[in-house]
Amino acid sequence: MRQRTVIDPEHSSSTYWKDLWAYRGLFRFLAWRDLLVRYKQTVIGVAWAVIRPLLTIVVFSFLAEIMGARTRSASISLMITAAALPWGLFSQVLSDSSNSLISNSNLITKVYFPRLIVPLSTAIACLVDFLIGMIILVGLMIYHQQIPSVNLVFLPVFILLSLISSMGAGIFLASLNVKYRDFRYIVPVIIQLGIFICPIMIKSSEVLESARLPEFVKILYQMNPMVAVIDGFRWSLFGGEEFPLNWTTIQLGLVTTFFFLIIGVVYFRRVEKNFADII
Amino acid sequence: MSYTAIQVENLTKQYVLRQQQASNYTALRDVIVDKAKSMLSGGTGKTTKDTFLALDDISFSIQAGDRVGIIGRNGAGKSTLLKVLSRIVAPTKGRITLEGRIASLLEVGTGFHPELTGRENVFLNGSILGMSKSEITKKFDEIVAFAEVERFLDTPVKRYSSGMYVRLAFAVAAHLEPEILIVDEVLAVGDAAFQKKCLGRMREVAGEGRTVLFVSHNMDAVQRLCNKGILLNKGRLVMEGDINAVTNKYLETFNEGQTWYDIPKPIDAADRAAYGIRLQVENISQIPVMEVPIGDDYYFRIYFKVNRRIEGFIAAIGLVTLLDQSVRTTWSEPVDIEPGEYYALFKNDGIILTDGQYKLTVGLSKGTTVIHYIENAGLLTISEVSSLVNDKQIINTKSGLIINQMKVEIEKVTG
Repeated sequence: MRQRTVIDPEHSSSTYWKDLWAYRGLFRFLAWRDLLVRYKQTVIGVAWAVIRPLLTIVVFSFLAEIMGARTRSASISLMITAAALPWGLFSQVLSDSSNSLISNSNLITKVYFPRLIVPLSTAIACLVDFLIGMIILVGLMIYHQQIPSVNLVFLPVFILLSLISSMGAGIFLASLNVKYRDFRYIVPVIIQLGIFICPIMIKSSEVLESARLPEFVKILYQMNPMVAVIDGFRWSLFGGEEFPLNWTTIQLGLVTTFFFLIIGVVYFRRVEKNFADII
Repeated sequence: MSYTAIQVENLTKQYVLRQQQASNYTALRDVIVDKAKSMLSGGTGKTTKDTFLALDDISFSIQAGDRVGIIGRNGAGKSTLLKVLSRIVAPTKGRITLEGRIASLLEVGTGFHPELTGRENVFLNGSILGMSKSEITKKFDEIVAFAEVERFLDTPVKRYSSGMYVRLAFAVAAHLEPEILIVDEVLAVGDAAFQKKCLGRMREVAGEGRTVLFVSHNMDAVQRLCNKGILLNKGRLVMEGDINAVTNKYLETFNEGQTWYDIPKPIDAADRAAYGIRLQVENISQIPVMEVPIGDDYYFRIYFKVNRRIEGFIAAIGLVTLLDQSVRTTWSEPVDIEPGEYYALFKNDGIILTDGQYKLTVGLSKGTTVIHYIENAGLLTISEVSSLVNDKQIINTKSGLIINQMKVEIEKVTG
């Protein structure tokens, strides 16, 4: 049975997802390449995967101590770690995937493959970095003799949510970036400011219970999928007693996540066929 | 069993030309400004855009097992055709049906990563070109042997010489086993011996009943490799058929209106210390011409670009008959040369060649090290009509390449 390929201006979408599956080998190789080259020609190599989040955690713990943040069931540094690590994953995936098409332009102009592979494969290296960074969390939990809650089994769900939310936006930004290089400058700003609107030093409940904030601000706050992810991390690790899960937060976070994922994939698919012409 | 491997129907690819473009991508700002302008002006909102048809309503079909050479001048649409066939860019109109697994090779070493070792790059490049991991593993030793880089397998390719790099990259590509193979001018790399090896490998691949599409400026390579040809000009299909008929047609029309020969830019132009740009044949008044009257002197002018300072730079030109016999080669005196664009002017000094065509070979080198070597860079055509300026007596008996007469004395033997 010969394989038949039809090329027309519409770029038949029926075979696209099948193609994506057929090219999973390339997906693996691109992810493998990203991992291999990530820390080439660095002296301390993979230790960077620990040092980078560690610096964020140290600075934020210091600030939190000064500002007198309070927790009951976990130490402040643990609470911050449980937020800084997933945030690190989110921001890394967002920035890497939004730049991925441009940094792989040599591939895009020379060979065919479903372009979605490029931003998707960048997530793997970020995920590996994140898992290595989890050493910090494990170490701190041992140090503080913190026993994880039984909710721990749900942790992968929140890791996945953080991946999907960053991928959705990343895919959208990657395809915009091909045509409008402005987004190269916008993404770092999103990441820089993002860390401040995520509940890193505080509990999200403090925002939601604040009497000074109007209702619509609270809704907007919950639209940030990272609020749901960070809440979920803390709930999984330290239990629902001090860090209860707010279902509205989860639902709103999911809405944003899937909104960007759908917009991202639809827009990506629409402009994908012209990438080689405009990149 | 023969079937139609490639069916192309009414293929059109249109590009929109934008003004004042430094690069392809747009800034969001410009889009917003443009939109605002058209809203304010209240007109139709549509600015007239310059469009350009890279491919204009092309239809043809290729039978399985055919080896097809795609021929045409620079800008004829060859590369666009290959890109559309390889699904890298989408057509504007038309439809292509391909039967079988396709691999396209528009560049050697696509996706090579300088930080990765030779071994790692073989796997990466193989998978980019569409090979599965088990396929690559199976052919790994063969690939390495072909590239002759066994000793450097675990060295990052950024430490490779450019020759090694190209050999390894081509070796991976040469071991692809698709049913349809699409190849752009990738053979124009490496030294002459390796080029021969590549061409041999291509012939082997073609001999196994695969369908091959091959773009090249090298008519010789095309004729040796292909059995069918497609001639493109300005995006249109001019001729399709037997390779010899198509190359003849191409050579006939090649020089219409063009009095110089563009030297195809080498793929690794930026890495070379220098590369040739253009070659022209000029008459005695230094005007570029297509034909030189027999007996007239003529000039060759080679334009070239120097990227880096070269000590002992030499430009050379060689004349070769159509039967591949070298007639003469001239080297310039070695000079130290700074980056920039230059030309080298060669003057024929009274040697009169018989009428006919001579292939020109251009060489740029540093001492004895070749920097850029172009076979078949152009043609010198000596017409059998002698010009009026030429007051020498031409004895054109066609009994030799060189017409100039030797000094002859006839004396009676005494004693």
